[in-house]
This record gives sequence, C-alpha cells and structure tokens, in this order.
Amino acid sequence: MSLLGLQNLTKSFGGLMAVNEVSFDVEEGAIVGLIGPNGAGKTTVFNLITGNHRSDRGTVCFEGKDITNWVTHRIVRLGIARTFQTIRLFQKLSVLENVLAGCHCRMSSGSVAAMLRTPGERREEKKALDRSLGELAFVGLAGQEMQLAKNLSYGSQRLLEIARALATEPRLVILDEPAGGMNEQETAALIGTIRKIQKRGITTLLIEHDMSLVMKACEKIVVLEYGSKIAEGAPEAIKGDPKVIEAYLGTED
Amino acid sequence: MKDKSMYIYGGIFAVLAVAPVFLNPYWVDVLNNVGLYAILGLSLNLIVGHAGLFNLGHAAFFAVGAYTAAILNTLYGIPVLWLLPVCALTAGLFAGIIARPIIHLRGDYLCIVTIGVGEILRIALINDLFGITGGPNGIFGISRPTVFGYVIRKPHEFYYLIGTFLMVTIFLFHRLENSRFGRAVNYVREDETAAEGSGINASHYKLAVFVLGAAWAGMAGDIFAAKMTIIAPESFNFWESVVMFAIVILGGSGSIPGVLLGAVLFVGLPEVFRDFADARMLIFGAAMVVMMIVRTEGILPQRPRTYALPEASNAGGNP
Amino acid sequence: MEEFFQQLTNGLAVGSIYALIALGYTMVYGVLKLINFAHGDLFTIGAYLGMTLLASFALHETIGPFLGLIVLALMVMGLVAILGAIVERTAYRPLRESPRLSAVVSALGASIFLQNAVMLIYGARFQVYPEDLIPETSIDLFGLYIPVVRILVLFVSLALMAALFIFIQKTRIGTAIRAAAIDQDAARLMGIDVNRVILLVFLIGPALGGAAGLLVGLQYGQINFTMGWTYGMKAFTAAILGGIGNIPGAMLGGLILGVIEALGSAYISIAWKDAIAFFVLILILIVRPTGLLGERVADKI
Repeated sequence: MSLLGLQNLTKSFGGLMAVNEVSFDVEEGAIVGLIGPNGAGKTTVFNLITGNHRSDRGTVCFEGKDITNWVTHRIVRLGIARTFQTIRLFQKLSVLENVLAGCHCRMSSGSVAAMLRTPGERREEKKALDRSLGELAFVGLAGQEMQLAKNLSYGSQRLLEIARALATEPRLVILDEPAGGMNEQETAALIGTIRKIQKRGITTLLIEHDMSLVMKACEKIVVLEYGSKIAEGAPEAIKGDPKVIEAYLGTED
Repeated sequence: MKDKSMYIYGGIFAVLAVAPVFLNPYWVDVLNNVGLYAILGLSLNLIVGHAGLFNLGHAAFFAVGAYTAAILNTLYGIPVLWLLPVCALTAGLFAGIIARPIIHLRGDYLCIVTIGVGEILRIALINDLFGITGGPNGIFGISRPTVFGYVIRKPHEFYYLIGTFLMVTIFLFHRLENSRFGRAVNYVREDETAAEGSGINASHYKLAVFVLGAAWAGMAGDIFAAKMTIIAPESFNFWESVVMFAIVILGGSGSIPGVLLGAVLFVGLPEVFRDFADARMLIFGAAMVVMMIVRTEGILPQRPRTYALPEASNAGGNP
Repeated sequence: MEEFFQQLTNGLAVGSIYALIALGYTMVYGVLKLINFAHGDLFTIGAYLGMTLLASFALHETIGPFLGLIVLALMVMGLVAILGAIVERTAYRPLRESPRLSAVVSALGASIFLQNAVMLIYGARFQVYPEDLIPETSIDLFGLYIPVVRILVLFVSLALMAALFIFIQKTRIGTAIRAAAIDQDAARLMGIDVNRVILLVFLIGPALGGAAGLLVGLQYGQINFTMGWTYGMKAFTAAILGGIGNIPGAMLGGLILGVIEALGSAYISIAWKDAIAFFVLILILIVRPTGLLGERVADKI
C-alpha cells in the first residue's frame, strides 16, 4: 500500500496553473524524487501536501486518510515533516532549540505544568533533549548544539532542518532541495544521510536539482513540467524518456 | 559568569528586602509602583517579548482586573485577595474573546486593534457600562487586602505584598520561559511558517500567551485596586499601555531582568528627576527611536537558554 | 430629514479631513509597509503652525482673507512636509533593513516625541484660533443651511485629493510611486529611485496632513496637543477601511467613516462617538482585512 497518494491535485495562482491534475503515489519505505525545470510547480506540490497552500481540486491521502487542506501542524503531527527550499530555521535560536521545536508535537506539557515543573514535565523535557541530541548526531551536527542557527554554514543549516524534521518522528519526510548550496563532499554525505533515514523506516520524498543525487538516491522519480506530470518511473527509465529530455533540453526543430 | 550574576541578584534582593526600613513612605510608594509596573511589564513581556505580538492595549486587561475586583468587592464584600483568580479569569476571558478573531492578522494590524480595544473599553467605562462601573468618577471604597487577618494599609506593608507577588511572578515566568510552552512561543515569534512546519499550532500559542499575559495583568489590576481603594477610567488610558510597552521594548524584549530594569527606568527614574517630569514622555519617545536604531533588542536582551548537555558534546558549544 | 442632511454634510466634512490624513498613512504604508504613527502628530503640528503663523503674520488682514488663507495653507503644508521628511530621515531610514516591527516601535517613539514636543512648546491646554477668520454665516443650499466653514473644509480637501489623484495617476513621478508601492525591488530594477519616492511620499503625506490640521483649526477653533492621536487613529481606520496602500480607498474610507461617525453619534449615542471608529476598525479587520478596495496578496513560502 502506498504511504502517500496524490489524486488530481490542482492549484492555480490567479490565472497561472501552478499544479495541474497531478497524481502519484509514494510507497512506504521508498525514496522518491520530484524533479522538473524551474517553475514546474514542485514546491507548490510540497506546499499542498503539507497544508501550506490550499488546493483547488484533488486529494492528498496519507496512510489511507484524506488529509487534503488540513492545517500544517496537524499534518506534521500525523507523521509528515518537511524542510524548506529557502531555509527556514529559527535563526536567532540555538541549534539545539531548533531541533527541540521538532520534538514539540510529541510532547504534551502546557503552561501550568511548566510553571509547576511537574515530574512528568521534567521527564518529558529530558526525553526531548536526548532525542534532539540524537538527531543532531544523526545528521552530523554533534557538538554544535549551543551555536546560533544563523552561525552555521549553509550546508549545515540544511542538515539542521533535516534534524528538526526528523525530531517530529515522521513516517514521511519531504525535503525541498536538500543539497542546495552544498559542495560535492557535503552532497555525498547527504546521500548517506538520506539512505540512513530510509534504514530507520522513514519514507522520503525530495525535490532536487542535483541530478547525480537524484539518480543515486531515488528509487522512483516523478517529473513535472508546467504544473503537469510528464513522466514517472525508475531513474534509468526517466533518463531515457524523450519527454523528459525534451523538457530539460528543449526541442530541436 | 553565572555565579557572578547570582551574587548581583542576591545583593539587589537583600537591599530591596530591607529598603522600606530606610525609606520614607513616599519612596516606598514609588517602589510599590515600580513593582506593580514590573509585574505588568512581565505579563506584557510574554505577549510582546516572547511571542512578538504587538499589544498596545495592555492597560485594558489591567482595567478589567481592577474593575472586577472593585465591583465584586464593593457590591458583595468579597475580600480582594480572594478575587485574584477571578480577576485573572475575567481579564483572560476578555483577552480571549477579543484576540480570537484577530490573532492571525499581521503584527501591525494586531497592534492597531489592541489600541482600539483599549480605547473602546475606556469609553465604555466612562459611559458607565451596565451601570456598574461608576462612570468617569470610577469606583471608590474598595477595601484593603488582609493577609491572615492582618490588614495591609501602609505603603511599606503593600511593599511586601507587591514584592511577594513580583517574586512569585518572576519565579513562575522564569520556569515558563524555559519550557515547551516558552520555546513554542519563541518559535512562533521567529518564524510562524517554520513553527507550523515543525508541528506547532501557531494560532493556539499566540492566543494562549495573549490570554495568559492578560490574565496576569488582571491580577495586577486587583492589587492596584486594593492599593488605591479608588479606581477611575483615566488610570487605564492609552499612555499606560504605552508605558508598559516601552518598559518591555526598552528594557529588553523577552528578558526578565530587562523588563525589571525597564520598570525602574520608566517608573522610578522620573521620580528621581522630578524637575524633568514634563519631559518624561519626550525623552522616552526619543529613546524608543534611538534604541530601535542602535539596540533593537533592548538594554538587557533575551539570552539564549542553557541546557544540561552531556559532557562529551559540550566541547564545541558556546557557554 | 433636515437633521439627517445636516449630519450627512457634517460627516462628509469631517470625513474629508480623515481622508486627507488617511492619504498620508496609506501612501507610507503602500511604499514602506509601515504604520507611520507620527503622522497624526504632524497633523497636530499643522494645526499649531497655522495658529502661530496667523498670530504672527496676520496675513488675512494684510493681503485679504482669501489670499491670506491660501498663503497660510501653503506655508503650513511646506513646513509640515519638511518636518515629515526629517522624521523619515531620522526615525525610519536607519531602520529600512530592520525587522518591520522595529520600525513600528520607532514610529511610535517618534509620535510620542512629537506630541510631547508640542505640549512642551505650547502647553497642555486647549489653544484657540483667532476668531472672525471665516464668516459665521450659513449658505442656503436647496433649503439646507450649511455653515460656510463646512463648505470650505469640504471644498479644500476635495480639491487637494483631486490634485493628488491626478498627480498619482497622470504624472511620471506618480507612476513611480504606484510602482514602488506594488513591488519595491522590481521598481528599483526598472530604474526608479526608490529613496526619492519614499522621500516624496514623506513630503506629500505630511503636507496633506498639515493642511488637514489647519482645516480642523479653522472649523472648530480649538486645538490640543493630543488631537493628532484621535484624528490619526480615525484616519488610519479610514485607510484600512478603504484598503491600506490604496489611494482612492483612503479617500473613500475617510468619507464613509466620517458619515458613519456623524450619523452614529446623532442617532445612536453621542457618548460613544469616539468609539465608533474603533468598532468599525475591528469589524473591518475581522470581516475583510484587505478593506473595501484592497486586494489580497499571498505570502510567499
């Protein structure tokens, strides 16, 4: 059974069709890539899945549950976490606190418990702290906990976003250009991290412009152009698909 | 570093604890006002400093608390200190009702609406809403608070009542800052979209912190009513809100020591320089502009929280 | 019916003053996305400058009431415009790259500063405009007797608004202002000097606000250092009502708010007069935050 299913998802901004009748499935445990030329509507698809935009038509199903147009925080709670194309960290807060933000939805203490500092609250805080440190170590940011997020390098900031997403204990992570701004070494390490995420049983859906990463990491690729899906399949099949080649290189007539 | 600041705070606390012995009632009363504004500032700091919600009508919630206390005390003779939770409830409820439909609006719109709500409330009080607010003259004859049968009357007695309330506020708010709740509110301030994307219900936290701050101001209103024994709409005008706001912004957004310093500067200092009393607001206005240009976060800004990290991973971190 | 039309014309006159002030808010908001809290106080300063200039030059006696008032209005507008530009330079320009809310605090500070400066210079009491400037007669308009001063206020503000409207719609600089309001970066790329546009907005807005101050002084005869706050808040409400950033919207919003307020205080309760604008404000923000003529702009993620 597929973990995430999109059915005829459609969204227009004013007169512009950003996403047009897009349907595809993401199988449980897979690493799926969403590619396409600039402005093809990839990020908009992500925003529709995570509730950042409201869709005009179509449905998003997660584990068989219709989550179309749910509010973002509920979707995260259900098990879909994301990173942003334009890095959206809490720049003025520490690296550790950025990851703790992800733990939030798996905790329950409110303001009163905080003021009384109940045993349950302390236990929960301890657990969240351990978990955050674990996720930071997982993405390779151990030892930088007390830095401010804004002082990290660009590549590290992307990793921190991944750590924050993982801290929400997701079933599916959605990565929007995770290798953007990374050098070759960092990208290679990132592929390793994405594979490690898979080993933890977490499904990955990613947008990426770095084709070598997509081809190496993904098991399935979905190609968008002008808001519509033009191809879907294994990396090898996509590589040879004339429609995809045309979309990327243009026609020669 | 940490030890040093503990000594400084301990020293200040010790001096303040015995201060009324050496001061005449006038100066004790000045300190009482500083304390009251510090409580108000701390409650507003939750909203403005921590959540980044611009509330320029905080005096309204202060007023709701004060009037709740005044009305229930004068009509039904309920002791004012028993009314603390009731005042918190009415002020919090009022805040919840007005904030619910507007909390999602952009920051500066919220700011305007809070000004509007403050003004509507003040006009309503002047117009003797429901015939129980006493109109422009307000309500008088509010009884003094009693603690274990002891009636609190003189400034130096109020000093310890307000001081206790302030200490409790600092203690609880410090814990609140360093908790899931406190962090969540900061995340929302820093980036609402990112907070939502991390699974945080942004509107819920904005509303919750707004209500909590307002409820605390309501309790401060109860103490104020008991201290003054007479309250009137003019005690809760726009300029009171501005003073509270300036205490937070100039003292240090999101910082408890900053807000305390702000209260001393805004309420205490003008008493020291009484000759310049008229120019007080002029100077504050200029200070707000200058502060935003040179030091946006206030005199004593919010400091990063510290966490008990395992020894090994502490190596690369800053203190 | 007589009462209704009296209130209606009164509302239109007051509303045209709100509209004049609202233009300053809406233009600044359009270009800088900033609530210029100090704008209301520039309006106050316009009223006080008018009084001082009247007292010191007595132009209406030397060169006649008509020409005298025109010269006076131009002087007030010019001086307030310069002050507006100074406020922009000192309180807003250094914060151009800062978070928006820092600029809001700075604007509030500038407002508090100006208001208290007026109080320290002129005193906290009400000040009175010289009498007999404008004849206290009424004009018969289809059986409705309307005071001359009300017609003057309405005429002057509508003329100023028309002039601004033509300037914004028909001139190159006006187009530049509209472009900068839509997208500052794109306007800059198109070769528009955005700094000059901002400066211009901070000259035009305060000039109109100053004129409004003078008109209020002429109409009511009494001015106070806090008047800018009340009028400012109402004018800002008018700007939001019309759709903030939208110039015709501010004009429309001002007139509508003036009429609502006049009719509301006449037929509902005079005691709640000053609260009406705030009720309108809250209602519009709940129901339609973009105002009557505003358009929704999606936030980029």
